[in-house]
Amino acid sequence: MAIEKIWVLADVVDGKASSGGLELLTAARGFGSTVDAVVWGQGAASSAAALGSHGAGRVLAVSDLGGGLAGPPVAAALAERINGGEAPDAILASSSYDCRDIIGRLSAKLDRPVISNIVGIEKEGDGLVTQHAIFGGTQIARARFTGQAPGLFIVRPKTFAAEESGGGSAEVVELSAGDLGATGGAKVLDRHVEEREGPTLDEAAVVVSGGRGLGGAEGYAMIEELAKLLNGAAGASRAIVDAGWVPYSHQVGQTGKTVKPTVYIACGISGATQHMVGMKGSKNIVAINKDAEAPIFSIADLGVVGDVHKVLPKLIDAVKAKK
Amino acid sequence: MNVVVCVKQIPDPAAPGQLDPGTKTLKREGKLILDDSDAYGVEMALRLAEKAGGGEVTLVSMAPNGETSGLRTALAMGAAKAILVSDDTLAGSDALGTAKVLAAAIKRTEFDLVVAATESTDGYTGTTPAQMAELLGLPAVTFAKSVDVGDGKVKVNRQTEAGYDEVECPLPALVTVTAGVVEPRYPSFKGIMAARSKPVEQLTVSDLGLSADEVGAKGARQEVVDVAPAEERKAGEKITDEGDAHERVVAFLAELKLI
Ligand SMILES: Cc1cc2nc3c(=O)[nH]c(=O)nc-3n(C[C@H](O)[C@H](O)[C@H](O)COP(=O)(O)OP(=O)(O)OC[C@H]3O[C@@H](n4cnc5c(N)ncnc54)[C@H](O)[C@@H]3O)c2cc1C
Ligand SMILES: Nc1ncnc2c1ncn2[C@@H]1O[C@H](COP(=O)(O)O)[C@@H](O)[C@H]1O
Repeated sequence: MAIEKIWVLADVVDGKASSGGLELLTAARGFGSTVDAVVWGQGAASSAAALGSHGAGRVLAVSDLGGGLAGPPVAAALAERINGGEAPDAILASSSYDCRDIIGRLSAKLDRPVISNIVGIEKEGDGLVTQHAIFGGTQIARARFTGQAPGLFIVRPKTFAAEESGGGSAEVVELSAGDLGATGGAKVLDRHVEEREGPTLDEAAVVVSGGRGLGGAEGYAMIEELAKLLNGAAGASRAIVDAGWVPYSHQVGQTGKTVKPTVYIACGISGATQHMVGMKGSKNIVAINKDAEAPIFSIADLGVVGDVHKVLPKLIDAVKAKK
Repeated sequence: MNVVVCVKQIPDPAAPGQLDPGTKTLKREGKLILDDSDAYGVEMALRLAEKAGGGEVTLVSMAPNGETSGLRTALAMGAAKAILVSDDTLAGSDALGTAKVLAAAIKRTEFDLVVAATESTDGYTGTTPAQMAELLGLPAVTFAKSVDVGDGKVKVNRQTEAGYDEVECPLPALVTVTAGVVEPRYPSFKGIMAARSKPVEQLTVSDLGLSADEVGAKGARQEVVDVAPAEERKAGEKITDEGDAHERVVAFLAELKLI
């Protein structure tokens, strides 16, 4: 079975196609001849220009979620299309919250397994061979889906770089979900947008991250200040997210975000494999840690053995002085 | 209110994993422990049942070799009973196969709410819960940062890319909780003693009316081609701070034209 037709699930946040979808559209162009983007939610179709310029021929939009979450209506609309004879050969999705809900439901509806946690895809012969990081990213397993099309693939963010194809705005095709029965019961009453200045972790050229070495929640203010000065984003280790110093949205690593900035500055982070798997693709890595033996130094281009409470305030002042 | 909690029993994450050289899948031998991620779900379920003024917390787990040590930990925290599905034909199951097994086991119980974690520590696919919800015909609210139950509804603050959504959903429903949603209690000595005599019902695949073709390695429909070491990153320059290390960092950032 050749891979020709591919659907890419693309989250649209605040009217903007998120980087995860654009990365996968870029990759899909290399695997298939026809690539469509799937979007959901009110106003999501307005991203057709951005999606088209990254390779989507059409935008399949489930605009009306009936006030509910994306999983049930989008999965139902896609399943109907697929069972109606318009099945793609593969469906690619990022590991975003909505994508996991949609793909999970679709998997159960179609009785297809989900190939998850993909960190690389190659086209080999007639099919796609996927790469998976195992043992904290020290080994890469390559696997092949042997079932009936469409294969369902969930890809880790930043596996591919988003590049424009020069394509025009994509044609929008509205899909509807039909009756969801009990599964559509969850309703969104209100949305809260966390205030954020500057770029997101996904987009930032500079990511400054803090760990337990900061000593307490107050210490994180230095991370935020330095990130802001460098026009970057502030990240965190899981240890300080679990400790409640910062929200989960800052977490970098296996169970958090994957980042690949121009420079990643790790402050008071030991360098556990589960943290490193989320940042070791960064172009440059700077680490500040008072323990000369900290594992983070093994991947740092510039390692500073020192106390974050001494180095960071001086670094902040020096960057301010340069501005 | 009756709550079912899915709890995965996993090899100790601190111990290095090993691949089975034959099947190239993860070896699951030796003692298993309660996945930390699910300790949050157990705690949440206990609190919701207490708050509702009654009802039971039932654990559901799929694990090899009749393994119950992780279940005993959760029973010691206060869950009333457990269902364990253990069967040799389940080796190599993927998330969908697991979801089929768990959904079939959950169907045998009377529940108002099903709780799972957003993702397991060892598999971290994060799709099992949505697959279960679909198989059970239930609404689901995933990635909960907080959960409350009242008036036959569950109210959840659900993590989103931009912040969080306030979501309301009629029961019965499935909810997945993120790490840190509540502080899991430590089992008391009394709890540990009591857990020893709490009922654990052991079931096989055929007890659930499933066939070996749908679950296990066959259901996964995936073959491992090969396994190779990942590309390694090398260490660069390392300096010790003598009060001026920040200057080297500034120079490094300036070279990259970031300042
Ligand atoms: C399944 C699983 C998934 C996980 N997922 C993630 C994930 O996504 N992201 C993640 O980050 N972790 C994850 N972890 C946790 C991970 O294993 C580590 O526990 C965590 O990354 C440690 O965080 P830390 O480096 O902040 O803390 P620690 O390991 O405690 O390190 C603190 C460091 O700070 C240094 N330090 C202390 N004081 C100072 C000072 N004054 N100045 C400078 N340095 C100082 C210490 O030398 C030490 O190296 C996961 C774990 C598991 C089992
Ligand atoms: N074998 C299992 N037994 C019980 N619960 C499980 C099992 N596998 C997955 N789950 C539940 O589903 C969640 C998500 O798992 P995963 O899809 O592996 O990331 C877990 O955190 C558990 O709550």
